[in-house]
Amino acid sequence: MGTLELKQSLTGHRGRVWSVCWHPKGANLASCGEDKTIIIWGLEGPKWVTKMILTEGHSRTIRELAWSTCGNYIASASFDATTAVWDKKSGQFECNATLEGHENEVKSVSWSISGQLLATCSRDKSVWVWEVNDDEYECAAVINAHTQDVKKVRWHPHEEILASASYDNTVKIFKEDAADSDWSCIATLSSHTSTVWSLSWDKIGNRIATCSDDKTVKIWREYKPGNDMGVATPNNESVWKCVCTLSGYHTRTVYDIDWCKTTGLLVTACGDDIIRIFKEDSDCDPHQPNFTMVCSADSAHAQDVNCVQWNPTIPGQLASASDDSSVKIWFYNE
Amino acid sequence: MGENLENINPKLYKKLDDREITVEEQDEDVADEFDAREIFDIIRNINDPEHPLTLEELNVVEQNLIEVNDRRNTVDIKFTPTIPHCSMATLIGLSIRVQLLRALPARFKVSVEISPGTHVSEAAVNKQLADKERVAAALENSMLLGVINQCLAPRN
Repeated sequence: MGTLELKQSLTGHRGRVWSVCWHPKGANLASCGEDKTIIIWGLEGPKWVTKMILTEGHSRTIRELAWSTCGNYIASASFDATTAVWDKKSGQFECNATLEGHENEVKSVSWSISGQLLATCSRDKSVWVWEVNDDEYECAAVINAHTQDVKKVRWHPHEEILASASYDNTVKIFKEDAADSDWSCIATLSSHTSTVWSLSWDKIGNRIATCSDDKTVKIWREYKPGNDMGVATPNNESVWKCVCTLSGYHTRTVYDIDWCKTTGLLVTACGDDIIRIFKEDSDCDPHQPNFTMVCSADSAHAQDVNCVQWNPTIPGQLASASDDSSVKIWFYNE
Repeated sequence: MGENLENINPKLYKKLDDREITVEEQDEDVADEFDAREIFDIIRNINDPEHPLTLEELNVVEQNLIEVNDRRNTVDIKFTPTIPHCSMATLIGLSIRVQLLRALPARFKVSVEISPGTHVSEAAVNKQLADKERVAAALENSMLLGVINQCLAPRN
């Protein structure tokens, strides 16, 4: 078993912290929560300190934030039904665009790898794709494929393919049709028996890990048309199959999951206050993979863990956010 | 909400006697854990959204439908809507949640569910009450919060 070493507990938020996001270079971290602020943290010597506090962008809870691939923009999704985009053209981070259109709470936001597309999703059941042109944001698609509250959107690590997770228990995958530039649902991943709270693509982008209120984690694999396994692909679109279910580990709702792009480790945030880490067994059948729990940090937080994210550049470093008002920085030792 | 009552003539139930406070409980040096009776006392006087009656008087909450495990930080409550198609079920559950959120230490994980088999949309209501994100969003809605606070306000 590995160990999760607490490096620092960061306090500053008032009330529940919903989300953390690393800057793509890994030297800064941003967090947000019910106090309607975004805090940007950075290292000063060995200690993490508050570098900046962004306020007045939202009138209600900030549910999630996302740093653009270039590191110059932060998008924040709020219960006030808007998504704000912050940039630091003036030297300081400022909110210079507010994206409106969702009928109610925006739950999640994600930038595509190119930075040209932004996705948002809401309790209004829709997923929106926004096109970015010279700091102008134009709605390119409103996708009404889910039947309930949409909890999470995440872009493919290399392509303009989008995945979303919902209260309707499914994950859906969307792609733009080159012929009529319409965004449509190309796959529905059904197997969870309750709300799917989050999802994470693997490094290559042909697998997705999902976590749910049903207390399980599932691993899904893409089977492209003409695959060697003989998996049928109707409509000449990829089919996604659940190839592994991790059950019996989590005792309450699993709120978040992150698949490390450098180490391949999976980390989960759970309503039982525990952060768990899973590792794929070497030499297992890729069509029937096996994951082993290599770490379980009891009472990682004093209350529910809402979000976990691996540092994109420092293998083993991770950040977590909790209902207990704190953000924590950890290091996983094998 | 006086005009269109769903359940015009609800059945009334006898209230429990006041809790007797033991000598041990008054001793500050003895650590006493939360028990079902204590949780019941926190929620029994919540007002019904429709009637000038408490949840206890309508038998919506009962002490024997409360499970507490102080050491594991869990409180599980089952409540019974007065009628199986009660449209107030979510609001009642939400009021119970909010009352416990305010009264109990933050370490407790509270679950509020409908007593099995007592409501037509039991699964949907339970799922909504268990979704802390939707509960948090609901509590930021000032109109809804006003209604909940009315249910929670003590009557003289």
